[in-house]
Amino acid sequence: MKNTIKQLFHSSKFVIGFVIFVAILLTIIIYPLVSPGNPLEMVGVGTFARPGTYVSLYDAVTTEKDTFKFSDADEKRLANAISDSDREAMLALFDAAAMDYSSIDVNDSNALIEFWDANYQTAMDTAKLKKSQKRDLRLLDSRIQALKAGETFKVVEEVDGETVEISTITKTDYVNTNKVINVRNLPLGTDNFGRDTLRELIAAAGVSLRIGLIAGIIATFVGLLLGLLAGYLGGVVDNIITFFTNVLSVIPSIVLLILINYSISQELRGPTLCALIIGATSWTWTTRSVRSQVISLRNRDHVNLSKLSGHSLMRIILTDILPYIASYVVMAFILQVSSGILAEAQLSMLGLGPKTTTTPTLGLMMNWATLYSAHTTGRWWAYFPVILTITFITFSLNFMNTGMDQVFNPALRD
Amino acid sequence: MKGYRKYFGQKLLWFFITLIVAVALNFVLPRLMPTDPVNAITGKIAGGMSDSSAIKEVYEFYQKQFGLDKPMITQFFLFVKNALRGDFGISFSQYPRTVADIISSSIGWTLALQIPAIIVGWILGNVLGAVAAYKRGIWDKGVMPLFMFLGNVPAFAMAIVLLVLFAMKWKIAPSGGGYSSQMIPNMSWKFVKSVLSHYWLPFLSVVIISIGGQAVGMRSMSIYELNADYVKYSRFLGIKDGKIVKYVFRNAMLPQVTGLAMSLGTSIGGALVAETIFSYPGLGTTMLSAVTSSDYPLISATTLIITIMVLLVTLFLDVIYAFIDPRVKAAQFD
Repeated sequence: MKNTIKQLFHSSKFVIGFVIFVAILLTIIIYPLVSPGNPLEMVGVGTFARPGTYVSLYDAVTTEKDTFKFSDADEKRLANAISDSDREAMLALFDAAAMDYSSIDVNDSNALIEFWDANYQTAMDTAKLKKSQKRDLRLLDSRIQALKAGETFKVVEEVDGETVEISTITKTDYVNTNKVINVRNLPLGTDNFGRDTLRELIAAAGVSLRIGLIAGIIATFVGLLLGLLAGYLGGVVDNIITFFTNVLSVIPSIVLLILINYSISQELRGPTLCALIIGATSWTWTTRSVRSQVISLRNRDHVNLSKLSGHSLMRIILTDILPYIASYVVMAFILQVSSGILAEAQLSMLGLGPKTTTTPTLGLMMNWATLYSAHTTGRWWAYFPVILTITFITFSLNFMNTGMDQVFNPALRD
Repeated sequence: MKGYRKYFGQKLLWFFITLIVAVALNFVLPRLMPTDPVNAITGKIAGGMSDSSAIKEVYEFYQKQFGLDKPMITQFFLFVKNALRGDFGISFSQYPRTVADIISSSIGWTLALQIPAIIVGWILGNVLGAVAAYKRGIWDKGVMPLFMFLGNVPAFAMAIVLLVLFAMKWKIAPSGGGYSSQMIPNMSWKFVKSVLSHYWLPFLSVVIISIGGQAVGMRSMSIYELNADYVKYSRFLGIKDGKIVKYVFRNAMLPQVTGLAMSLGTSIGGALVAETIFSYPGLGTTMLSAVTSSDYPLISATTLIITIMVLLVTLFLDVIYAFIDPRVKAAQFD
């Protein structure tokens, strides 16, 4: 046993899969400890807030100020305030006045504004433009002049209908984000319900993994039991089990899942029940492979010897057969877990997954994101991290499986 | 021919047995609901339909069609009789269209998309697996793991990623549907072009994810065969490498045909869900709309049709297998 595990860790594929899986598992366990809170709490009032750090404006205004005179602060402000269409309008005026502006870079806001200030009046006088165009340009100019002027904001508080001035904010005022009481980090923004996507994702990954584990355990248990019975006992038992296995394995599992999940009323369909159903419909592969393994073991000498010694059926299966197929069973289990996670996601995409408002799953997150067309409106944070999580979980499991296959099947070794 | 007849007879028998079980499951599962199905159905229609006379008509229709006053076994034969005639009832959500009409308009789209995509993915996967086993190097350490990773992306997720990249970002593909929404299906060249431009993205998504899984199987089989005694013996005999590779490829291919038949049942589910992302007018999208609108007759019929499709393809692959597997061939001369 110890040796086998040691051998496994010599396989690079197994190690890569194992490391990814453990990393995901640790994140699922540790993150809620570090940052506790309800993953389904609707923190945002709007939908799909962008990822980033959010500073409470209310608290920032009353936080102790520091004064800085960064030389590029004004330029940044200007660059942000003048849109691309404004820039085009400015250049169009110089074009109309037949002025040479090739020396300045359109994206260099400072140079552009300087050039504008120097040439605005002459350009307006010489250019032949419609009245409405000239009016738009005059508005643009007044906006630019206002931006440049030292504008200040006054913060007032309303007390019994009277306004009391609290403070004045100038362009050189800054607050240290460490001093602001409410600064929230939303690395993945919020979803369509205004939930913190990262927290929800990590909770959902945990639930989906649990669904996969339950489904995998059930499928492996049923598959192992039926496979052992069919393979070892043979005869009528084998015929009956093989018949059902063959029939059920050809019927697409999605069809069974849809029919069963549709038949169960929505209130009952929690994650655990979904996992049970997925497990109950996916044992056929395990049964098949266990059965064929057992048949090849059945007539080996050590099994016959056990039989002659009068050992019980249980004992023969436990000591003479199970250890030989253990590696296959573990591999089948890993595959069942990953396909269980996928099955949940697929069902949820069709609206037949767990119906729950208390626990998130990866499939439900995908379903909501697509229902609210996050993918067609460029809200990548609502769906792409979910896709990556599902992919990395199943990939790590399958990679572990491939690595094990190479260790246990000497014929496949390089 | 006697051997073939026995083999095909056996396969046909299995096909019919499985079909009967599938039909029976389709019949029994919804009836396991604790409530009376007609009640449950009409309860659900109320949300989908506003016309009260239509609700009454549908209620009466289903009470008659299900024959709920008759014993279970009579109900089953009634169900089978109706299914055999292609009579699946009337859709709730698209009333007064019949379910058979909805299905017949979407099944062609699914077949035209999925079958070529599965075949192309299978061929590319096998070639990649064989090359990875034989050439090693970058194929085995770079390309293989990449496609294995892509193979683990759920089909619907791959569809979303491709849609976002090709349709939203680069705008070189339409954002969904089976053909341009301004067109009415006809046989003109313009329409065919529109169909093709809507076709390649869903096609690509199915192909990309199926390569990895097939390649892994083929790689294992090829390595297994390359280490076999007959390869060593052929090398001793001085047979050319190209010829040996041909033998190896042929032997490794055989289990892959069965592998394709076995993976069909699981991959079709993913492929159908991927259709919904592209709003492709196939069975997957039909199924989604049936589920969201609680259109029970449509759900029942789509699941049955999907099962029959998978069973037919499996049967077809079994027949092909008989002609390419020398062991089955040899069985005839016994």
